[in-house]
Amino acid sequence: MTLPAILIVAAALIGIGLYGTLSQQSFVMLMMGLELMLNGVMLAAVGFWSLTAGGLPTGQLLAIIVMAVMAVEMAVGFALITAVYRSRQADVTESLTTLKH
Amino acid sequence: MNVIDIAFWIFAAIAVISGWRVFCTDSMVRASFLLLLSFIAVGLIMVLLNAPYLGIATVFMMAVEMMVMALFMVMFMMNPAGLNPMMMVHQHRFSIAAGVFVFATLTGLICVTRFTSNPVDPGLDSVASLGKELLGNSMLIFETAGVTLLATMVASVILSSRSGRFGTADTGAVPPPLEPGGEPAGRQPEQHSGHAHHHH
Repeated sequence: MTLPAILIVAAALIGIGLYGTLSQQSFVMLMMGLELMLNGVMLAAVGFWSLTAGGLPTGQLLAIIVMAVMAVEMAVGFALITAVYRSRQADVTESLTTLKH
Repeated sequence: MNVIDIAFWIFAAIAVISGWRVFCTDSMVRASFLLLLSFIAVGLIMVLLNAPYLGIATVFMMAVEMMVMALFMVMFMMNPAGLNPMMMVHQHRFSIAAGVFVFATLTGLICVTRFTSNPVDPGLDSVASLGKELLGNSMLIFETAGVTLLATMVASVILSSRSGRFGTADTGAVPPPLEPGGEPAGRQPEQHSGHAHHHH
């Protein structure tokens, strides 16, 4: 279990998450892609903390902050989905076209 | 190759494969459980990396979060049970290219970088050191995260409430008319897409 191996796994998670975020039409699936990217970021942060920072406590703090960002993204994302569904009956990105042109 | 290495590669394979299957499955509920599996595998890798608090916290937090996600799937989305094939994608080739490009670029950078090696002391009580950091030097950062979460709660309630104190939530979003008493200015939403007040 070396640092490059951990970082490559994290890069794979970030790449898959980016693919999902760009390709999915449904809002909830799009948010799953964002979550997967943050999952990779967290793995990379903990990998750096464990193998290059020598157990510096602020490294773990960074992972906690990423977790808080994840929770914020989830809550605001679902609130936006609810608001958009209320006003437009939309559950896919193609339904929102008022900002085009 | 010792036991920890074997466990790491097993968890890494589970994390990546289940993360990939999230976007291939027909059922959105199954997709959220696959994402949960990916998070659990990453949490267990964190435990292997001598960060047990972060790993277990990830598992607990994501279990709850994915339950909420599955609930939202059933509420909003068509076909939550996966009885029909589902492939709801746009700009598919571009997305695949972007994902592969990011992975290849990051992997290339990882391969050419020489990382310093300063592993964590196995005897370190990482949970205690994190606790001392959170309630010591980094208390302001930790409390800022807490206040941010409180602001998020308020914001999500405001965003998702049906009506405000002075009428429906989108009353103020209607642009004023160009001449007195006329139609609202700007583009109108599509008629067939419906409006919230149909359901009152």
